[in-house]
Amino acid sequence: MKHIISPTDLSLSELDELLDLSEEIIEDPSKYSEICHGKKLASLFYEPSTRTRLSFEAAMLNLGGNILGFSSADSSSAAKGESVADTIRVISSYADICAIRHPKEGAPLVASHHSSIPVINAGDGGHNHPTQTFTDLLTIKHLKGRLQELTIGFCGDLKFGRTVHSLITALARYSNIKFILISPKELKIPDYIREEILDAKGISYVEVRGLEEVMSYLDILYMTRVQRERFFNEADYVRLKDTYVLDSRKMTLAKEDMLVLHPLPRVNEISTDVDDDPRAVYFKQAQYGVYVRMALIMKLLKLV
Amino acid sequence: MLNIGVLREGIVIDHIKAGGAMKIYSYLNLENVDNSVAIIKNARSNKMGKKDIIKIEGNLGDINLDVLGVLDHRITINIIEDGVIKVKKNLELPDTVENVLLCKNPRCITSIEQSIPHIFHLTDKDNGMYRCIYCEQEHEKR
Repeated sequence: MKHIISPTDLSLSELDELLDLSEEIIEDPSKYSEICHGKKLASLFYEPSTRTRLSFEAAMLNLGGNILGFSSADSSSAAKGESVADTIRVISSYADICAIRHPKEGAPLVASHHSSIPVINAGDGGHNHPTQTFTDLLTIKHLKGRLQELTIGFCGDLKFGRTVHSLITALARYSNIKFILISPKELKIPDYIREEILDAKGISYVEVRGLEEVMSYLDILYMTRVQRERFFNEADYVRLKDTYVLDSRKMTLAKEDMLVLHPLPRVNEISTDVDDDPRAVYFKQAQYGVYVRMALIMKLLKLV
Repeated sequence: MLNIGVLREGIVIDHIKAGGAMKIYSYLNLENVDNSVAIIKNARSNKMGKKDIIKIEGNLGDINLDVLGVLDHRITINIIEDGVIKVKKNLELPDTVENVLLCKNPRCITSIEQSIPHIFHLTDKDNGMYRCIYCEQEHEKR
């Protein structure tokens, strides 16, 4: 039984296969429209995340399958005190595959220990969000044509931003990747990413405070939102939330073929005047998120 | 320096980080054994400056002393028989430990579900570093 709890649960060759299949879907989104006929995806969302949940559900519907589940802990048996282990034991008999999102880190791993169906981590607190990482990799690969030899800037909340941690970890497996880490000092990447991923693998990176000074070096700019829900202290959130705003003036400093990615939702870290810039690919990225989840569901159900 | 009588038979747990003896005492459940136990705090040490030592008279039975390395990886253990050191035990850090270390990350699933075993993996052998398998939080040694 294969589960996807962390982005590195797929080997590089498995990841290549996943991205190849996703690109097939980009070329012809209706190609696999009946392959999941009679199959059910359980979407177990212990915290609201409309975008990720709908992306998973759209993916299963696009494959001709069905969906069931809940969209917040209040509407699940968790409100009555049921453990993740017991919930997944029961859901395993209702569905063929499940996507689980939980505010606590490690909950999907616990689920996978007790599940008889493939478990996909749809985000566990500030920890992992592998399908977002696969989405990001697909976007870069499809629009840049490669996952090697790139200078990638991460901007904003690099401390709590799990998409950043996961994508750095995933990209660190490719050759000639350089990272530029742009954040206020309070939101710098955690030590374990710096020491165990970047330093341990001898990957080139710099940590800077200002976005404008590094714009011209970037092949990819990955913007993030400062997330209110990750702060225990509201005052810290208010102080830091508007540190970076990408606008059309700053975009003039960037390469002509630089891409701007964002896991969405954005608040005001990307001004709407950037949306029409062809280098702004975050809405396309969200669309690719559905395709990569379609590919993942097919792979985990061993349908391709 | 304080003198404690020489052991004829027993175990000496040496090179415990100063202040850490009670944690080891508690982990080995020494308050509930009949053996004579001496805890020496803040003994002078050339290597460590200060260290704690625990001396236990007699045998503790079948106990996995390697786990003590998880709590403090510099610990050394001498098994004494007939008044001489019979075995100098080098602690082998286990790859995984269950319910030895507790995850203190308030964002970890173990913080809200009591029935989940606290499992840690050894991620850095040289520094004896363990991480929670659920949230990957490093176990902080005092």
